[in-house]
This record gives sequence, structure tokens and C-alpha cells, in this order.
Amino acid sequence: MSRTPLDTVEHAAATPDVELPWAELGLKKDEYERVVEILGRRPTGAELAMYSVMWSEHCSYKSSKVHLRQFGEKAPESDALLVGIGENAGVVDVGQGYAVTFKVESHNHPSYVEPYQGAATGVGGIVRDIIAMGARPVAVVDPLRFGAADHPDTRRVLPGVVAGIGGYGNCLGLPNIGGEVVFDSCYQGNPLVNAGAIGVMRHEDIHLAKASGAGNKVILYGARTGGDGIGGASILASETFDDAKPSKRPAVQVGDPFQEKLLIECTLEAFREKLVVGIQDLGAAGLSCATSELASNGSGGMRVVLDDVPLRDSTLSPEEILMSESQERMCAVVEPGKVDRFLEICAKWDVIATVIGEVTDGDRLEIYWHGGKIVDVDPRTVAHDGPVYERPYARPEWQDALQADDANKLPRPETSEELKDQVLRLVASPNQASKKWITQQYDHFVQGNTVLAQPEDAGMIRIDEQSGLGVAIATDGNGRYAKLDPYHGAQLALAEAYRNVATTGAKPLAVSDCLNFGSPEDPAVMWQFAEAVRGLADGCLQLGTPVTGGNVSLYNQTGEAAIHPTPVVAVLGVIDDVARRTPAAFREEGQLLYLLGDTREEFGGSAWSQVVHDHLGGLPPAVDLERERLLADILISASRDGMIDAAHDLSDGGLVQAVVESALLGGKGARLIVPDGLDAFTFLFSESAGRAIVAVPRSEEVRFTDMCGARGLPATRIGVVDGDAVEVQGEFSLPLERLRTAHEETIPALLA
Amino acid sequence: MTARIGVVTFPGSLDDRDTQRAIRLAGAEPVVLWHKDKDLKQVDAVVLPGGFSYGDYLRAGAISRFSPVMDTVVDQAKSGLPVLGICNGFQVLTEAHLLPGAMLGNDHRHFICRDQKLRVENAATAWTSDYTEGQEIHIPLKNMDGRYVADTYTLDLLEAEGRVAFRYLDVNPNGSLRDIAGVTNEAGNVVGLMPHPEHATEPLIGTGRTDGLPFFTSILKKLVNA
Repeated sequence: MSRTPLDTVEHAAATPDVELPWAELGLKKDEYERVVEILGRRPTGAELAMYSVMWSEHCSYKSSKVHLRQFGEKAPESDALLVGIGENAGVVDVGQGYAVTFKVESHNHPSYVEPYQGAATGVGGIVRDIIAMGARPVAVVDPLRFGAADHPDTRRVLPGVVAGIGGYGNCLGLPNIGGEVVFDSCYQGNPLVNAGAIGVMRHEDIHLAKASGAGNKVILYGARTGGDGIGGASILASETFDDAKPSKRPAVQVGDPFQEKLLIECTLEAFREKLVVGIQDLGAAGLSCATSELASNGSGGMRVVLDDVPLRDSTLSPEEILMSESQERMCAVVEPGKVDRFLEICAKWDVIATVIGEVTDGDRLEIYWHGGKIVDVDPRTVAHDGPVYERPYARPEWQDALQADDANKLPRPETSEELKDQVLRLVASPNQASKKWITQQYDHFVQGNTVLAQPEDAGMIRIDEQSGLGVAIATDGNGRYAKLDPYHGAQLALAEAYRNVATTGAKPLAVSDCLNFGSPEDPAVMWQFAEAVRGLADGCLQLGTPVTGGNVSLYNQTGEAAIHPTPVVAVLGVIDDVARRTPAAFREEGQLLYLLGDTREEFGGSAWSQVVHDHLGGLPPAVDLERERLLADILISASRDGMIDAAHDLSDGGLVQAVVESALLGGKGARLIVPDGLDAFTFLFSESAGRAIVAVPRSEEVRFTDMCGARGLPATRIGVVDGDAVEVQGEFSLPLERLRTAHEETIPALLA
Repeated sequence: MTARIGVVTFPGSLDDRDTQRAIRLAGAEPVVLWHKDKDLKQVDAVVLPGGFSYGDYLRAGAISRFSPVMDTVVDQAKSGLPVLGICNGFQVLTEAHLLPGAMLGNDHRHFICRDQKLRVENAATAWTSDYTEGQEIHIPLKNMDGRYVADTYTLDLLEAEGRVAFRYLDVNPNGSLRDIAGVTNEAGNVVGLMPHPEHATEPLIGTGRTDGLPFFTSILKKLVNA
């Protein structure tokens, strides 16, 4: 049996003409040449593996970096920001000594290939990011987008994704408190599975991903390393799907939530005993990423002995070990004197932990295998100095025609009967219908701190039992709006998430985002991306909510067809006492319904135009962020001072959708009067931004309207909570039971 | 004086701290117990909490039942120690044969999380005396393997002896035979149920109901008055 010699650094230097499979690993020719230039020789196989995964689109942000800089350059002044972009997740000060970390990430491509495991490991990855900051994870949210609800493949993808999220998150003991489910045929071959998580810690417990202190030990702990997910980062996440290529199933990782639960508990216990100098989770690009990031963020170098990595499959090559994306693994840097105690805690939780290396006083990352040195690199060149592309971008030619196709000119209902019929069709349409069949597969209650969960406007978690301090989170995104105008579409996503948080009574503090787009190699897509980032950065500056981190997912397209540009925005807010939260349900008959904000004829990208006319064209609703800020201030003050008993944000589907949801949630109907100056159709279906409805107890009416008047927020009385129907005077009355049937039976009929 | 109630943490337990909180809210003292310790720290009662111990791998509760702590729990339960098993804890109790029957996967094959209506069928156990027989309550339910099954002889016996402690009302959420949500042993000191009373103890949290608190006040009264 012949044996190829180990491709050590020495061997590579001596054999400059050996051809390496850089193209198969996803590197472009000029990228490979740059690696050779950096090293001054050809890379070893192991070095090539590291560069290829770390320089992939997914890990290096090479196409998006030049645009993402705006989030830093335009960052608003914020006292709340403790850790910003660049770490595993951003950290925000929420008062009383508490810090909250949160982040949203994508797991789109794996979830299409293998829905259950793709979605499950998406939850696992985001949760490890949270733990790596030093926090206990306290909740998850899942913004999801699928192809047409009645498409046969949606029946394959959606139940698998939902079961995967539930199967993993439920087993970790994390309440699932929010997110979205959106259907649109543009996501047919490219579902978006975004996963967000929140964690809580004390200020002094914040941990960072850096390896410092020569002599400190590098400990790999958690699951053994196997052959799953190899090359996932480079091949899976950075190429367009193409029917001609072989199945990519082997590149999807498999999750073990039980192992992750143990990892959470043992990591938190190690944190409590102050045993950890630096920590990094192993996600995309596995050990390649963890070692190079830890080393490049710290003050020294690092030496790793790959033979010491516990394996699930003893036949793995060193390249495969470096690239493996086996789940439920973490890497900690621990002072020598604390190693024994760290290993003891891991043993208590039955978690495998192994010293695989140490921090050195040099500046190189050196990795050994069978006694030979197979990696000798400056870790910064792997982790941070990847290629940066100024991809060409151009406003697509079709954009003008799309915007000229004005939705405001679509035929409108002419009779009350037609109006009523369209209301029923709207609330029963897959996007507007109740998602209970999905959300009831997620645990909302575990940890015993859930104050609000979907279908509320934002999820809310208590973080201090004594004071009642809590945080709220909402995620929003509307690909239809963004397709019509990516700059304003991104701002509308931000505005909606911001408004949703304020609607529950919490003060918006900070933003995380997950930017889902098509191929960056298409100038039209790149223009959408550039516009969306610019819109979001400008919007965050104006609202005073910094972007703390996030994730970019590109190549969401099949062939020439890209998804709608879909920036998903998560806003985190804080509430001093969760007892003051405002739910969405109408609870008391006789309370007065007020519409806050201005209603205009705005139907571009609306749910109505989609449901009734299958139309997408025109301009999205106008954005007025100063108005959003005023509306938020009023909602927060009204909640704090007990002036309102219910509030619901107005967004897709307009006022009628919000009223029906609040009525069904509380089991109380509403009688509505069309206000002067509006026709019934516009009143019910317009999607003008910057609006909410509130239910005001009669005793608070004067105080509430005085406050709105004094601060210049239009507040229009539109009716009263009453009866067991939603009635629009002079137009129609729909019994709650009929609305409930329409609203709640759609999704089970399609998917159950 | 108050009572000391132990809550066992198995690897993969999830609602252990929530159960400790519920015990505290009821006025008793929660005591943390570890699955590897046989020592029950002289507690007056034990709760096996919900979760996915050992990931529910093999079969829910099948591995935990062999934990060192369970040797002591089984011994002492037989001599009267009050034991409550919630969800995964109920599964462990059936696997340990402290309660009859077994739990299979939900008939619809999905995890289900809902505010579940129940009827209290037996208000004479150590854990239910603060309810009245026939009382209708709402307790959150959340599980994957919640379908209670037993042979007909056992079911008839349970019915005849009044050992069906709780029954699902309105909706049978998982296909449990005879709508059984919880059962008790003959002596009434060991109770298991699938819904989670610890998640219905605070007006602001979860469903906003407090229908689960009487579990913990029942045992406290029994222990303090003993």
C-alpha cells in the first residue's frame, strides 16, 4: 500500500508545483494566487482548507463588507451599546446591571437541502453565539419565508423546518417567542430560515472571542468531530443551487440538542467560576474559524495539535478535521491553573473536553498532525484579511416599470358585499392567516419568564423577578416592499420592528439584521443590497438604534431568479416593569378604539394587492421615521401610565387585519366607524406606515387624547370594543366565529 | 416552619428552575437535587421536573430512570415520600414503575404547546388537596410524547380506584387513552401528569393564569400540618 507523504509546511515549500483542488473548495483563481503570495509558497492542503472556508462568502463577507461598513460609520450615539459589530453577537446595556446579547442569523441553504436538520442546526448555531458572549440564552425567534403556500414542495420544506426548530429549541429549554412566517413564490427554491436568539448576563460576565496570555490552554469541548458539514461553509453557502450538480446533503450538519443543552449548562458554570479567558463557538468553518479568530483577536499566537481532537470517525484527514462543521462544539482559552477545574465541570455534565493546544507568544497559528507542522500562518490573514470585492451594481432596468405599475389604480371593491368578501379573503390568505398550527409546535413557556409571545407584536421576556425588568424583541421584513424600493423597504422593516417593540410598551434600543439576497454577482441584486444597507444604516441613525451585528445571506437564487430582496430586521427593546406591558387583545367591552397616525391611499406591495389582484407594483408606503419615533414615545408613555389596555401595530393587511387579530385574541368584537375624510376601503386596507390602534378605557380618554394632541400625533376615534362581531357601520358585520374559522383554518388545511 | 421540596436536575431537565420558583412562590423551600447523587438531602417531598432528560433518546424517561437519585426516590416513595412527576418527570415515574402505564408519541406526531383545560378527578392526593373534585382548570401543556396508554385492565382499575387524577377537557391533545392527563399511585403520594403546573403560577407570565399553584400549596399544607 502506497502512502502519500504528509503535506507539511516543509513539504509544501519543497514541492511548489503540486496542484491543489482550490477550485473544488470554492476559491477563485485570483484568491488562490493571493494565498500563495501571503504565504510565499503554495499552501499545504490543511492551509488551503482553512483559507477556502474562511474566505468563503459566508465567513468573509467579501461581497458585502464594503457596504456593511456604513453600520459603523453611521452608527448613532448610544449609551446602551456595550459590544458592537464584530464579536459573536452585540451586547446592549438594559439597566440594573444587566446586559442583553442578541443576534439573527440565516440557515437558508441547508434548510432547503435538509429542512429538519438545516433548521435545527440554525437554532443551535445562534444559541452558541449567545453562550459565547457569556450569556444565558433566554429566548429564540424564527423569521421564516417559504414558497407559495399551496406548492407541493412547501409541504416538504415547511413541516420539516418547523419540526427542526421545535425539535432543537424545545429540547434546549428556550421559549420561542416571536418571528414570522411568510409565503411567496419567489422563495420557492430558496426558503429563508433565519434564527434569532437573546441572552442575558450581568455586565461583568461579558466574554470575548480572543486568545491571550502565552501558555494559556486551548480546550475543545462538546461533541466529537465527525465528517458532517465538511465544506459546508465554502460550497453550500456560497454557491447558487444548480440542478446539474450532485446532491449536497452530506454538507448539511446533524444536530444533537441534548449535547447542546449540556454545553450551555457547563459553559455557564465555567463562566460563573471565572475560568474562561476567551471563548469561541464552532459554527461555520469549524476549527478553522475558531482557532484563527481566537488567535487573531488575541495578543499572541496559537499552537494546536490536531491529533488531540476527539473524533467520531478515525479516518478523517487533517483537512477534514479543520473544515468539519460538526455541531455542539466550543473552544475555550483557560489559564493553566484553572484547566483542571474546567475539565471537572465538563466531566460533571458528561461533556468531553480536551486540551488541544496553547497560546504562544509568537504571532503565528501553527497546527501539527502526526508530528509534522501542517499549518503555519498569520491568523489575521485567514480570519480578517480575506478578499474584499467592490462588486459592480446597477439599478435594474425593470425597476422603473415596476414602480410605474401603480397598485393604487387597481380595481377596488364597489359594494359593501364585495368589501366584506375581500376582508374575509384577506384574513384567510396564507400570509395573513393565523400561524398557530406552526407556533404551537414551539414551547413558549419554558424558563417561566415569558410575558408575551407570538402572535403578539413583540415577544417579551422578564429578566429580573424582583424588579420586573424585561426585554422585548420583534423581527420584521417585507420582501415585497423591498422589491419595489430596497432603500425604503429596508427602512420599513426597521420601522415595523421598532413600532412592534414600542406597541408592547418597551423602549427600542438596538438592531440586529439578517440580510437575505440573491447572487452578488448580479449587478441588479448587488444594487438591491447596497440600497437596503444604505436605507437601514440611515434609518438606524435617525431612530438612534445602532446595529449591533447580524448576518448576510447571499446567493439565494435558483438560476436567474433571485428572491425578493429580504432584509429582516430585529429590534430589541427594554421595559422597566413587565407588569406595564400592553398586549394586543381586546379585553374589555366599552373601551374606545383609537387609530394613531395618518392613513393615506397606499397600496403598493400591500397584502390586499397580493390577495385580491396577485399584483406587485408601485411604491411601498412612505417612510417617516420622525413620526415612528413620536408614535413609539406615545405608545411607551401610554403603557407606562396605564392609559391603554391594548395596542396593535398596523402593517401588512392594514387596519382590518389588526382589528380582526385583536378581536379574535381577546374574544371581543369591535364596532368601527369610518372616520371623516376616508373611504371605507382605504380605512380598512391601506398599509400606511407609522400607525397603531389602541384600546383606551373611557376613564383615560381625555388624558390620552390630550397627550396625543399636545405632542402632535393624530389620534382618531374609530369605534369601540363591543359584541361578538367586527362591524363597520354602514358596510358590513362579520361574526367573530366566522372570522375565526377563516383566519385559523387556512394553514392546517394546507399543511396538516 | 416550612417544607423542603427537592427538585431533581437530570441532564436535559428544562423546567427544573421553573419548578423551584413555583415552590418558592407557594411558600416552601426548593432544594436542588442532582441526578448522580443518591442523597436526597432530607427533603420532605420530591418533584421530577419537565424537560428532555437524555434528549428523550431511546425512550422518554428510559435512561433517567436508572440515575442514582432514582434508587432513593423509588425506595422512599414506597414508604410514603410525596413525589410529583411533571411531563418528563411523569415519563420517568412510569419508566420506574412508580406509576402504571406508559407514554407514546403524540398521535398527531407533532410537538404541541397549548393552554390545556383539565378536570381534577382526584382531589385527595398529596399534591391535589387544594383543588376540589370536578374542578376545571387550565394548565399549559407542552410535549412530544404525551399519549398515555395502558392495558384495559389497568385503565379499568385506575378508574375504579379513583386513580385518574386529571383528565383532558374539550381537546384531547395527544390521543391519551380515556383522556387521561395524570394519574396517582394507590397511596396518593405519587402523582404524575403531562401538563406543567409550574407554568401557571404567576398572573403576568405564560398564560397569565395561576391554576397550577395549588399543586404546591397542597403539598406544603400537607407537610406543614403533618
